[in-house]
Amino acid sequence: MRMAFWLPVVSLWRRELVRFTRDRNRLFGAIGQPLVFWLLLGAGFEKSFAPLGISSGYLEYIYPGILLLILLFTAIFSTISVIEDRREGFMQSVLVAPVSRTGLVLGKVLGGGTLAFLESLVFLVFLAFLDIPISIASLGMTLIFLFILGIGLTALGFAIAWQASSTAGFHAVMNLFLFPLWVLSGAFFPAEGASRWLAYLMAINPLTYGMDGLRQSLYLTTSDANTHLWFCVIISVAFTALTLSAAVWQVCRKEK
Amino acid sequence: MQAAIAVENVSHKFDERVALDGITLQVMPGEMYGLLGPNGGGKTTLFRLLCTMLPPDHGTIRLLGKNAAANAVRAHIGVVFQHPSLDARLTVLENLRHQGHLYGLKGRPLSQRIEEVLDMMALTDRAKDRIEILSGGLQRRVELCKSLLHRPQILIFDEPCTGLDPGARRGFWDDLDILRRTYGTTLLLTTHFMEEAERCDRIGILDRGRLIAEGTPEALKRTVGCEVITLETRDPKGLQLQIEKVVGRDVQIIDGQVRIACDEGQRLLAQLYPLLRENVQAMTLSVPTLEDVFVQRTGHGFHVEDQ
Repeated sequence: MRMAFWLPVVSLWRRELVRFTRDRNRLFGAIGQPLVFWLLLGAGFEKSFAPLGISSGYLEYIYPGILLLILLFTAIFSTISVIEDRREGFMQSVLVAPVSRTGLVLGKVLGGGTLAFLESLVFLVFLAFLDIPISIASLGMTLIFLFILGIGLTALGFAIAWQASSTAGFHAVMNLFLFPLWVLSGAFFPAEGASRWLAYLMAINPLTYGMDGLRQSLYLTTSDANTHLWFCVIISVAFTALTLSAAVWQVCRKEK
Repeated sequence: MQAAIAVENVSHKFDERVALDGITLQVMPGEMYGLLGPNGGGKTTLFRLLCTMLPPDHGTIRLLGKNAAANAVRAHIGVVFQHPSLDARLTVLENLRHQGHLYGLKGRPLSQRIEEVLDMMALTDRAKDRIEILSGGLQRRVELCKSLLHRPQILIFDEPCTGLDPGARRGFWDDLDILRRTYGTTLLLTTHFMEEAERCDRIGILDRGRLIAEGTPEALKRTVGCEVITLETRDPKGLQLQIEKVVGRDVQIIDGQVRIACDEGQRLLAQLYPLLRENVQAMTLSVPTLEDVFVQRTGHGFHVEDQ
């Protein structure tokens, strides 16, 4: 039974990776745009942010935010295909096979999540240009956050894509929901300087805690005993569990 | 003998639109059954119910004696979709291996099955090619291979020849013959092509969600009569009335043409000739086709937007 469950999951996961290696545009798409964002925004806001008391400089402030953006973009790229795939493509044959719906979601989401994770790893190279001291602990914790958030965002993308009737509809959700979710996570500006209603929105955004956790992880030293960081881990794991459940629920739902 | 496919009083709605209305039909083991109908007739909905993608609102579908809603039944059916379900970026072999994994096959037994189906469909030398470089006909054959890996007892096709050129269509039918000879698989296919339906052992004709006729193609055509006269005229209504007066029974107008099903066409034409000479641009006398069966049962034409 166990074997029967995991064989299709692994196969679906592997397919995502193989497809990715055969599509160079995707690699550049998911890294290139955030990289340009990072350089332009970082250079542009460098002086403007100084009065806020961000001592590190804006390029460094927004760096973990860009890591999150890479996760989000890769998640969107790898799930947008689901819209057509399930009606007129590859997913049709998975749906009529004796594969559990949970297995289908896990395979696809783990595949997309792994890609998101790997792409964000590539971006970690730029740490070399920043004044962030890296330790085993900080790197380990950062990787954990990148992985959890990569899976969570891919599951969110999957849940949205599964019920979207067209790619255009998915783009609308992306612009009106996914992108604001990122902007309001503290990736772009800290809640302290935002107007009060925005700060409230940021406080209820689960990604805020992912973002915060990621930021803290980067600066983590072994002597820290940080309860807030663990709170961020718990919220991020809960976010991922919730989006995965939403994705499974979408797939099991009877179609109208 | 237990039916391989048993559909009983199945109805299905999408919101308020009735897609299927009280369908009952049976397909016996080893039989090739065709669901013929115009686009929007309900074929695709019935196909999706049969391949377990959708549970019916009302009625039951049993495949090999098991409820089609059960996951267990999926291991015994193979499905070939109208739109390709292959991953174009993967090779033939990778696609087949992945498909095998979905059905719990792996390792040496899977490799053997893959060799077997590739050999049967004469695709062995294309195994390492990516799907995106194969022709439409070859892709269909890979689809067929894919659906055969787990040796299904029932194989279900949705519009199998849509989008294929005539050569590839012929090839596809030859493949089906090989398949039936080798495994004795029960086949069900949906189609809007008459010539495809003609090749089936039995067909069911669907129109507006209802099964309006069922039987062997020959038996169905016999119900129309021996011959069909089709008349092209500028005034179908007027001609219809005049002919009805002469022959003393109902005459149909289909798609602007007057149509008479009869047993002795030549004699009837001779009888009507004085009337037709002045009013008719063209006349045809032919043996009935399945389209005539459709027209006779529904009173309207078989509008097909061929792709």
